[in-house]
Amino acid sequence: MTLLQTRRPVTPHPGDDGALEKATERRNRRTYRALLIPGLLGLLVSFVFPLAYMVRMSFNRGAADGVVEETFTFDTYLQPLTDPYYWKVTLDTFQMGVTVGILCVAVSYPVALFLARSTSKYRGLLLAVAIAPLLTSAVVRTYGWMVILGTNGLVNSSLEGLGIIDAPLKLTNNLTGVTIGLVEIFMPYAILAMISGFGRLSPQLEEAAGSLGASRVKVFTRVTLPLSLPGVLAAFLMVFVLSISTFITPRLLGGGSVQVLATEIYDQTTGLLNWPFAAALSVILLVLFGLIIAVYQRLTRKIGG
Amino acid sequence: MSEAPLYKPRFNAAKPAFGVLVFLLYLFLLAPLLVVFVVSFASNQYLSFPPEGLTLKWYEMLPQESTFMDGMRVSLIVAAAVTLIVLALGVPAALALDRFDFKAKAAVQSFFLSPLLIPSIVLALGMVLLFGPLKLTNTYAGIIIGHVAITIPFVIRTTLMSLATTDTSCEAAARILGADSWTVFRRVTLPIIRPGVIAGGVIAFIVSFDEAVISLFVAESGLPTLPVQVLRYVENSADAAVAALSVILILISLAVVVVVERVMGLRRAL
Repeated sequence: MTLLQTRRPVTPHPGDDGALEKATERRNRRTYRALLIPGLLGLLVSFVFPLAYMVRMSFNRGAADGVVEETFTFDTYLQPLTDPYYWKVTLDTFQMGVTVGILCVAVSYPVALFLARSTSKYRGLLLAVAIAPLLTSAVVRTYGWMVILGTNGLVNSSLEGLGIIDAPLKLTNNLTGVTIGLVEIFMPYAILAMISGFGRLSPQLEEAAGSLGASRVKVFTRVTLPLSLPGVLAAFLMVFVLSISTFITPRLLGGGSVQVLATEIYDQTTGLLNWPFAAALSVILLVLFGLIIAVYQRLTRKIGG
Repeated sequence: MSEAPLYKPRFNAAKPAFGVLVFLLYLFLLAPLLVVFVVSFASNQYLSFPPEGLTLKWYEMLPQESTFMDGMRVSLIVAAAVTLIVLALGVPAALALDRFDFKAKAAVQSFFLSPLLIPSIVLALGMVLLFGPLKLTNTYAGIIIGHVAITIPFVIRTTLMSLATTDTSCEAAARILGADSWTVFRRVTLPIIRPGVIAGGVIAFIVSFDEAVISLFVAESGLPTLPVQVLRYVENSADAAVAALSVILILISLAVVVVVERVMGLRRAL
């Protein structure tokens, strides 16, 4: 941070002349409105309208072959809320999010801790390597996992070669494969979120605890872990939210036998052309999102206060 | 910087084991990319591991694979257009958010970042519903509009980051010396925030280029982008042609990572 920072453009000669001040203010208002309006319009067209239209669509009545009856009814929600199948899909989605969240946080934590602590001159490079996969297509990384976990894939042929197993393990086309893939795909997000959340974690505090006689385990459970909890929670939330809405990985690694809300929305859209129903499922997914974020905010306030 | 601590905690004894653990986790993180790289040179007819021999046939196949080439063209056009549009929309908005005070500022800022919080499949469905009746599905315009929402947060964020770490005295000086607002922006502000703008543009390009879900919904039947073509190919074929393509895509991403890391630092940019 520089000392020279004068953040706001100050009105010339404040208090000098009311009229001049007002004129500046008027001009400022014109300027920032002109600067904001293109961006706001862009989001209106590409973000607000589609979402609003989707919510409206969920109250229409759908029929076969994409016929939509314009009406205002809650019927569309009746099926997902009463049919046990959709309860199961919603529950499975939720469960997958929790599992992936926990595992992903667990494997990302050591990497984040390492990167936050490291004083190596390669720290920048190692950080870049850890988050660079974010910029590689999810399709490509999922494909990589198909090669690793497939029937003739890396894991199975290694285990068979070593004589540990006789028949290949079933690691794709089921929830196991999807979970493994998602844990890896969301690791960079978790690492980023945790590093940002590790702000209060200083090695001096650990040294202090150590010099006062705490064991290694105690230093970790009483100092390191509590101080890093906000980062851990933020990472968990992010991974959870990302996994319950992801589509590509459950589709490819699940091979049609893993049904979550996202794949269900896709099937209702492209296969059955039941637009209102797909919209209703999307609204349910959004509500699930909102609930989790509300719970998270409660939790962080508790930890913070 | 590196004063040796007076007391070396026993905690440090865990270091070698910890190092091994971190190394293994890195291996896990990079495993799919490494495996794709190996498979792209494997002569196996069907997708399997380990490689039976080495070959370049999958790379030689790529130029003849018209679905990939068409998809590549669509993706490049879309990503280039999206980048220009979101820079034109996002940079001024970030400027307004940083340099002016107004009542709804916090709300406007969260609004600009909020597309990141909405599942892309939900957004994709909304788009196909809205664009269908407007005859925008399976058109460049439709895909490009669709990608604006998900790329604008990145441009806003990187530009804001650059603006926040600059001081405004140069701008004030230019203004006092008689430069009008446009000249101040073009000659002073823009050069200062250039790293953020470049990083934002590059990330917008790659996010748009890699985006699969919105493109799948909005343009599957008429104008499939490269990720959509790859998705289809992976679903239907068992050979390694897609691995060769993936390696090329990974190398492009890698080049992008290096550029962003150089101009601004990847962590700050993301």
